[in-house]
Amino acid sequence: MRLQAVLGAIGRQVLELLAVLGRFVLFATDTVSHMVRPPFFFREFGVALFQIGWLSLPVVGLTAIFTGGVLALQIYAGGARLNAEAVVPQIVAIGIVRELGPVFVGLMIAARVTSSIAAELATMKVTEQIDALTTLSTHPIKYLTVPRVAAGLITVPILVGVGDVIGILGGYLVSTQTLGFSQIGYLNNTYDFLELRDVLSSLVKGCAFGGIATLIGCYFGQNSGRGAQGVGRATKGAVAAAAVLILAINFALTSIFFAL
Amino acid sequence: MIRIHNLHKAFGHNRVLRGMSLDIPTARSTVIIGGSGTGKSVALKCILGLVLPDQGHIYCQDQDINTIKREAYLARFGMLFQGGALFDSLPVWRNVAFRLLNGSKKCSVEEAREIAVEKLRRVGLTPQVADLLPAELSGGMQKRVGLARTIATTPEIIFFDEPTAGLDPIMSGVINRLIREIVQEIGATAVTITHDINSVRTIADNVAMLHDGVIQWNGSVDQLDHSGNPYVEQFITGSETGPIAATR
Ligand SMILES: Nc1ncnc2c1ncn2[C@@H]1O[C@H](COP(=O)(O)OP(=O)(O)O)[C@@H](O)[C@H]1O
Ligand SMILES: [Mg+2]
Repeated sequence: MRLQAVLGAIGRQVLELLAVLGRFVLFATDTVSHMVRPPFFFREFGVALFQIGWLSLPVVGLTAIFTGGVLALQIYAGGARLNAEAVVPQIVAIGIVRELGPVFVGLMIAARVTSSIAAELATMKVTEQIDALTTLSTHPIKYLTVPRVAAGLITVPILVGVGDVIGILGGYLVSTQTLGFSQIGYLNNTYDFLELRDVLSSLVKGCAFGGIATLIGCYFGQNSGRGAQGVGRATKGAVAAAAVLILAINFALTSIFFAL
Repeated sequence: MIRIHNLHKAFGHNRVLRGMSLDIPTARSTVIIGGSGTGKSVALKCILGLVLPDQGHIYCQDQDINTIKREAYLARFGMLFQGGALFDSLPVWRNVAFRLLNGSKKCSVEEAREIAVEKLRRVGLTPQVADLLPAELSGGMQKRVGLARTIATTPEIIFFDEPTAGLDPIMSGVINRLIREIVQEIGATAVTITHDINSVRTIADNVAMLHDGVIQWNGSVDQLDHSGNPYVEQFITGSETGPIAATR
């Protein structure tokens, strides 16, 4: 009896999750189909580029520089146990470019962009602005979602590139200022060691994370429940879903890149 | 004519519309009255396709609305939402000119702005408000901007969802008269939702009373005061005793 109730509850949760997943996939395909069909809202796109790309630069830069710095310290400490302190530039470069750069930028975008998109669109939903859009013959996905997702796809890989450079700079600063590495030597080691595929995988991840972070923000926002509570739930759900999905997709993409 | 036939809509266990039927005549002003939460807004949203009914049909000039192309169908409507629903990221004039700037028959930015300013003037606002953001306006001004946006493309059919809710009596009078005048100017079919009995008397040609998910009474505004219908009588007198429970 007890067991049945527990299994039933689990089953309902799983079904609910599958239903949400299905609706999200439909939403995503809808977005893609609107993305390739006019009309296009260039003004909205411009605003989204500015808000997602430009305004995220400070937080991306700060995250990256501290991450690079701490990575250098840890690798130095760990490497010293194996008499391998010299690998700091190489490991910092590969760690930042392949993993930490894209992941931290992705998570920062989830925190900063997904949340604000979800809250903004949920508020629009609750105050009937999305209904108003429809009655003014403008498709909400076309007007609200497409510009934001397009901006995410374009700006987040760029942000990841910037984050990679600043992350390496963080490692460089720590290594040359406190760990006694030579400046030219550090940069040469980094440059010689990195391969094009490392950089490409970084940018591909950025593109995927930018797409997913914005899409999730829009999905949760446009499907918000009613009232202030609905807006709160939508925002919370969007950030959690985006963060988890970014980490999951990161794992999947890394596995694929290893297989290639 | 818009014909609503046997409309049902429930949200979970909350059965809001339970077989609502109503004919809305062309080029007349119909007012739907009823207590808050009786499903008046839901009914309008069903007509616009914003809410999908569980059961029932809606016909617009004898065509089932599900068979009409949505774009063309919506282009005939204007709707003033209960809270105004102005886009708060856009300045007032871009709100008013939204359809002109983004719709299918686009016009130039200068032209759209000119029309927006003209419509703002029509609802009693000066061109100076054109560049303000909606959040910088008072409630009455927001309602006027919403009204200007609704009539910017001279729709055939206009819905007003509680146009005077939250306004003081003087401003309510102003908005009621504006609606009356504008609807007559355009020759539009108007449907207004309200629970303000003064609005009814100013705006209505016909009145329909929605309660318990169905239309309880439907008649011309002259018949309102001697309808003989207990729901209507209780509603216009505001009495606590009668068929409508005051504990809803
Ligand atoms: N999207 C929705 N989801 C759940 N319940 C809703 C929704 N829209 C309206 N309702 C419920 O339907 C009922 C009627 O709402 P509404 O049509 O807005 O009332 P009113 O007659 O005051 O305009 C209310 O009980 C409301 O809570
Ligand atoms: Mg309402």
